[in-house]
Amino acid sequence: MKTYNCVVCIKQVPDTQKVTGEAMKADGTINRAALPAIFNPEDKNALEAALWVKETYGGTVTVITMGLPAAKAILREALMCGADRAVLVTDRKAAGSDTLATSYILSQAVKRFNPDLVFCGRQAIDGDTAQVGPQIGEKLDCAVVTYLEKLEMDGDTAIATRDIGTGIETCRAKLPALFTVTEKFGALRPFQMRRVMTYKNAEPEVLDCAAIGCEDARCGFAGSPTSVNKIQSVVLAGGAFKEISPDDAGIGGLVAELIADHTIG
Amino acid sequence: MTDRSKGEVWVFAEQEEGKLAEIPFELLGKARELASKLGVKVGAVLMGEGVEPCAAALVAGGADVVHLIEDPALKVFRSKAYRHALVELIKEAQPQIVIFGATHMGRDLAPAVASALRCGLTADCTDLQIGDYTDKKTGETFANVLHQIRPAFGGNIIATIVNARHWPQMATVREGVMKPLDAAAREARGANAGTVVRHASHLDGVEIPVEVVEIVRKASSVNLKGARIIVAGGAGVGSKENFALLHDLAAALGGAVGGSRAAVDLGYCEHERQIGQTGVTVRPALMISCGISGAVQHLAGMQDAAKIIAINTDRDAPIFKVAHYGIVGDLNVVIPKLIKAIRNKG
Repeated sequence: MKTYNCVVCIKQVPDTQKVTGEAMKADGTINRAALPAIFNPEDKNALEAALWVKETYGGTVTVITMGLPAAKAILREALMCGADRAVLVTDRKAAGSDTLATSYILSQAVKRFNPDLVFCGRQAIDGDTAQVGPQIGEKLDCAVVTYLEKLEMDGDTAIATRDIGTGIETCRAKLPALFTVTEKFGALRPFQMRRVMTYKNAEPEVLDCAAIGCEDARCGFAGSPTSVNKIQSVVLAGGAFKEISPDDAGIGGLVAELIADHTIG
Repeated sequence: MTDRSKGEVWVFAEQEEGKLAEIPFELLGKARELASKLGVKVGAVLMGEGVEPCAAALVAGGADVVHLIEDPALKVFRSKAYRHALVELIKEAQPQIVIFGATHMGRDLAPAVASALRCGLTADCTDLQIGDYTDKKTGETFANVLHQIRPAFGGNIIATIVNARHWPQMATVREGVMKPLDAAAREARGANAGTVVRHASHLDGVEIPVEVVEIVRKASSVNLKGARIIVAGGAGVGSKENFALLHDLAAALGGAVGGSRAAVDLGYCEHERQIGQTGVTVRPALMISCGISGAVQHLAGMQDAAKIIAINTDRDAPIFKVAHYGIVGDLNVVIPKLIKAIRNKG
């Protein structure tokens, strides 16, 4: 029976979904300090896909993240869920990387492990670009399957079910293959209690750009074609709404008004 | 090397089974505006097998040139085949701008093409403009570059991205944001306003590692974009069971049901109902927002509704800042009263 060496690319992100009333300052800008750093949601689905492959067919699971040393937290979480090996790529040279430079650095790290299968979350919630996965795939020049929902292995071929927006596609991909995984694949399994004790203070392997053979000119600001010209915080215009009291009289009046101006019929 | 600032503005004309999607027409509307500022032509890239009949619609929709690549290997979208053919075409014809729809296909293809060409790509833009750019570090100035405007950080900021030093400048654009040419403009252009140029696929001998076995089309059961009235719920709805109340209200009004990202993540409603930056952008005549606090990423997708009624227990929720009518109260109490009032006509 063939077994599969899997690599999962994960990212620590600010929890942008927590940006509600409490995390907004009075001037309409975000209070970033109020946002916790979390394991990017769809990267958890990607990890689940790899752990499922390992459990079903055998093999190994290596998780890789690029980021600051604080990102070790999500690597430990991955180890507690069942990953075998955790790698942090951290380097000041990587600062300011856009998706092109990020995918270059990650692809260099992934190549070291010579995987059969690579899994990425579809997108990260801080940028929502969904670009890094397909760009790693292009650099590895392997089969790329985006929006993965279901997977089955058949020797040197993956049988994948993916969302194509207008329908559901089943395809056969020759290994090595890279997948971007959506929440539909299924939730990440919980921590294993015995692994929590083992890995709560685990130190992942730490690599810098030189160690994975990156050319400086393709990393960080230097390797990023895009630059941010301007950032505007979204400031909401004042709250001049008409308040309706939550009782029969208030609501009846509102509905009458909407009927009168033909908004509802 | 040709002068890239004379290059065309291209639109990737997404098609499946020989039928064009709506998005190329939206992109063509924008591309005409960009190209007229730059004084260049608009090109549409049409790839597939037996897709030449689509070219006339693209010309009427705004393309001056349809760049056509036909090859049996392009019959069904496969990332590597499309990427390879498009990368070769871009190298050969040297457009200065290439825009794609931020659809499943566009978000698969565009990053792969950008990676191969080592050029910049901005995802999910909500606007594109031509303007000048000064690099604040070097003081270098660039005339007529593409300003790519997109929400970021969960929609809480609006960023303007440029990639002034690399060709082509590429972006994916959200569906439903750009306006296609109107019927009169299409009619006026007609099918003879442009030409079709056939190109080689360069796919001979290229191994494509993916084989499509089957595609099951889904009829989109949720049509939020076209709905006149939308009832949308957020985390504040509290449970999937409570979400049924929203369906009742929508049924009473003949409207559709949508949700915030939080509601989708919590499993209260399906992903295709998501309204906001990463979901659908809607402009209904009436939006009833229930238990949605109003993360900016959600507001970005609904604040152009003609009338917004917000129901929320938190008087300070940001949703009230875009609402025309606000009901501070429990939606489990308010919605049944609304349904009753609608049935009794006020």
